[in-house]
Amino acid sequence: MSRYVSFRDFDWLLLVFVLMICGLGVMEIHSATVHTKFAGSHIKQIYWVAAGVGMMFLISLVNYQALLDRIHWFYIAAVASLMGVLIFGQKYLGAKRWIKMPGGNHFQPSEWVKLILILAMAKFFTDLRNRELSWSDFMKAGAIVVIPMLLVLKQPDLGTALTYIPIAIMGVFLGGMQWRQGLLVAVLAGIGVGAVFFVPKVHVLKTYQKQRLTSFIDPELDPQGTGYQVEQSKIAVGSGGLWGGKGSQTHGAFLPVPQTDFIFAAFSEEHGFVGALGVLLLYFIVLMRLTQNAQTAPDRAGTFVVMGVVAVLSFHILVNVGMVVGFMPVTGIPLPLMSYGGSSVLFMFLALGMVMNVRMRRFVN
Amino acid sequence: MSGRDDKVSEFRVTAAQYMILAIFLLLAYGLWKLQVMESGYYATAAEKNRIRNVPILAPRGKILDREGRTIVDNYPSFSALLLRDSSRDLNADADLIAQGLHLDPTEVKTRIRHFASMPQYQPIFLKEDITPDELAFIDAHRNELPELDTIVAHRRLYPRNGFLAHLIGYVGEVSEDMLNQPQFELYNQGDVVGVSGVERQYNNALMGQNGARRAVVNSHGREIGLLGETAAVPGKQLKLTIDIDLQIAAEEAMEGKNGAIVAMDPKTGEILAMVSRPTFDPNDFAVRVSRDEWSKLVNDPDKPLLNKAIQAQLAPGSTFKIIMSVAGWQENIAQTLHVNCTGSAEFYGRRFGCWVKSGHGAVDLEKAIYASCDVFFYTLAEKLGIERIAKYAAALGLGEKTGIDLPNEVSGVMPSEEWKIKNFKQKWFAGETISVGIGQGAIAITPVQLLRAISAISMGGRMVVPHVVNPQGLPLGYVETANYTEVKNVPIDPNGWTYITDAMTRVLQPGGSAPSAGVPGIDIAGKTGSAQIVSLATRAKFKNAEDLAQNGWFVGFTPRRNPDVIVCVLFQGGEHGKLAARIATQVLKAYVDKQRRLPPKMAEKPKSDGKVDMGALWTAPGDDGNKLEGGRFVIDLPKKPLVAATAAPGMVPVN
Repeated sequence: MSRYVSFRDFDWLLLVFVLMICGLGVMEIHSATVHTKFAGSHIKQIYWVAAGVGMMFLISLVNYQALLDRIHWFYIAAVASLMGVLIFGQKYLGAKRWIKMPGGNHFQPSEWVKLILILAMAKFFTDLRNRELSWSDFMKAGAIVVIPMLLVLKQPDLGTALTYIPIAIMGVFLGGMQWRQGLLVAVLAGIGVGAVFFVPKVHVLKTYQKQRLTSFIDPELDPQGTGYQVEQSKIAVGSGGLWGGKGSQTHGAFLPVPQTDFIFAAFSEEHGFVGALGVLLLYFIVLMRLTQNAQTAPDRAGTFVVMGVVAVLSFHILVNVGMVVGFMPVTGIPLPLMSYGGSSVLFMFLALGMVMNVRMRRFVN
Repeated sequence: MSGRDDKVSEFRVTAAQYMILAIFLLLAYGLWKLQVMESGYYATAAEKNRIRNVPILAPRGKILDREGRTIVDNYPSFSALLLRDSSRDLNADADLIAQGLHLDPTEVKTRIRHFASMPQYQPIFLKEDITPDELAFIDAHRNELPELDTIVAHRRLYPRNGFLAHLIGYVGEVSEDMLNQPQFELYNQGDVVGVSGVERQYNNALMGQNGARRAVVNSHGREIGLLGETAAVPGKQLKLTIDIDLQIAAEEAMEGKNGAIVAMDPKTGEILAMVSRPTFDPNDFAVRVSRDEWSKLVNDPDKPLLNKAIQAQLAPGSTFKIIMSVAGWQENIAQTLHVNCTGSAEFYGRRFGCWVKSGHGAVDLEKAIYASCDVFFYTLAEKLGIERIAKYAAALGLGEKTGIDLPNEVSGVMPSEEWKIKNFKQKWFAGETISVGIGQGAIAITPVQLLRAISAISMGGRMVVPHVVNPQGLPLGYVETANYTEVKNVPIDPNGWTYITDAMTRVLQPGGSAPSAGVPGIDIAGKTGSAQIVSLATRAKFKNAEDLAQNGWFVGFTPRRNPDVIVCVLFQGGEHGKLAARIATQVLKAYVDKQRRLPPKMAEKPKSDGKVDMGALWTAPGDDGNKLEGGRFVIDLPKKPLVAATAAPGMVPVN
């Protein structure tokens, strides 16, 4: 089967665009942290990117078909690790999200669970082979995503839990979703949003999560409270103007966490509309290149894997940039490839490794 | 492997691509809206975030005495606050912090809990006006407790124990009511303004003008740069006419008593000393006065906040006989009036008693003054009638404000026929005139009014406006009493002047009403007075209970003609004017002693070896010879020695 796998078929162009985004990210991390206690984060980020690229090559060598064949074991391991976090996890800032690894590193299982879910969905829909999705299969697909999602919500980590949803939606959409099922998804989403905003006692969400979501409706009502972050982010982006400015919002520490969740706001402030649009364009090119790879995938499973990555990446961009420009609530979702953070970078490169994996086997049949 | 039929629908992948395009167009629109359409608004918002106008507080002007010695100063006062934007566990440090700042740990923790829902940039104020050892604790724990910080503000440092408190007054934050008044329209919320006394009257001079610093700040409010600065204009120094040495003597003389002392230079109207008792400590208001403390001061029946020198309205008693004498002399009645005092006399069908029950015998004007014969002045009042009495009293400024440059002076009452009809819709009864003749009845004056009237008589009719601030060195606009140099001449016959002042000298000599108050070697003229608070009949019924005691008065000056200093003493509950006279002569003696360069008796070093201080931060006494040690008060002296006093006319040589 894997008679002819060569790095010549590796998507080098995609890698170039991805590394350009990473480069801009490293640059902005440097600029945003240079006079703070996080100074030097950009060097660490370079290490993470390098490690990510290495892992991407490694994972592209393992045949994704072999991974898909064993996906039920991975899935069980994923659910077990999430339970492990709830039992043995490190509590930090009121949430249990990390497991302490030997050597002082912290590992956040909810990130790599995303990857497992992408593969699990791909495997599930590959085995179905139906043009139309039956209701029972629709429910099963939903359950595959909802079980780990509930475990992550329990941590609590609303942001990461939300990122599992596009995987499911992309899966059922490509898997032959009927319009009634689409309607059900839309209604469920509507109820979810309604519950968050209009039912005062929703015990699923913690108070700070509700505040984050409600403050987004009118940030100026509470400029120094939870709406403060959205307002400061908008000021940062807006004051950047067309060509960018001196970045007083970023360097005066008015902008919260400018090296992670709000890195796009920091970048927009310093490089203006032109720079911000350039970054969006790079992301768009990457996404289009990915969907192209999905179309040329050797099989149904390959398309699902690549489109799962597309779904996660698009959702991250939508929610993160949407938050930065004030369209979306603050959910703590980083901007992939740009935001500082090992877990986020490693996940993205692992996901890209899966895409490369699929691409390198496109002529294999 | 799976065949081509298994491929995912091309249409759905393309639909996903368009979905992604839609998302990106939406995000690009968001950027366009913020960065192009509304960028001006957000640029201003960023600028407002970044730049803070930090006021530079103008130090309030010092208040000095007439010789330039500091009476009121400023001191840096530190407040301890807890920064909440550090990553420290505040509750864990609470015990150590509470211990260092002498606070209750549970209270500190409660405060931290109360602030939990507040934005992080808001610090918790833990304690205002911390002591030096608490400040040292914070400095020593900069590394262990980085969240503990201080801010500094300048506060007023007043002399302790209420020294000169009523005249100086105190400051406070400008109130809502004041901000609504036109004269305070330029003030801002949070400004510290004078609330009473000189602090209030000369607030515009003392206050200065705050500067501002345009600082670049970060989100924690920490300054990270400076754009520009407008310097503060410090408040003007205010030189009072008060002489600290004399003030000390007056404070000591009045210690433990109720009443007031005012000393003045009759030539200029400069107030040299002013005491009102009981007193209060303005330092209590400099930080924050507690509700309990405030209501205690306000509800105290002795009214410690009242400046009795300008706000007590009382019957002048026999001191009024001097005004009567002038009126009688000017009307050519008194100099020829001879009365046989038998201890009482009858007027308009009612019997009026003399304070000497056995009577004074044959009395002329001189004896009537020094022995304070009531019957003589009853007769004189009957002959003059209320209209002529009121005319002279009004000319000498009784029943009207003196115009002293202190807030809330009251006018008192000088009764007349017109006054009675106006206020009581009643005709004046001739019998009332008799009581007025000895300073009783409806007449009510303030100590400073009486002082000014007697001062005018002692100067042969030259009446000045009393004032407490030396206008020299102050810009024109700052002088609150425009008329402080205004001199009124009350016509007094020179023969009458010498006659009356000579008679007043005999008051302190054997046969006078206050012989025990006389000071050998000092030529003092004066007049005692004791005014009934209630009628003698009521007093007898209550068996001389303390509350019903009489008010003792004394007005005295030295030397007897063209005097250098005049002192008025009100001794509430002082029973007899001679007790007030003893107080007054102590002050007069202190003045003369200083003029003759003798160490003032009241300013001796105290017997106890305890630290002697006037204000909290003034240094220990006697270290460099530039300190004046007086009772409990220590005051910095100027480096130059005191100018030797030139002998005033009429000064009796001593030794």
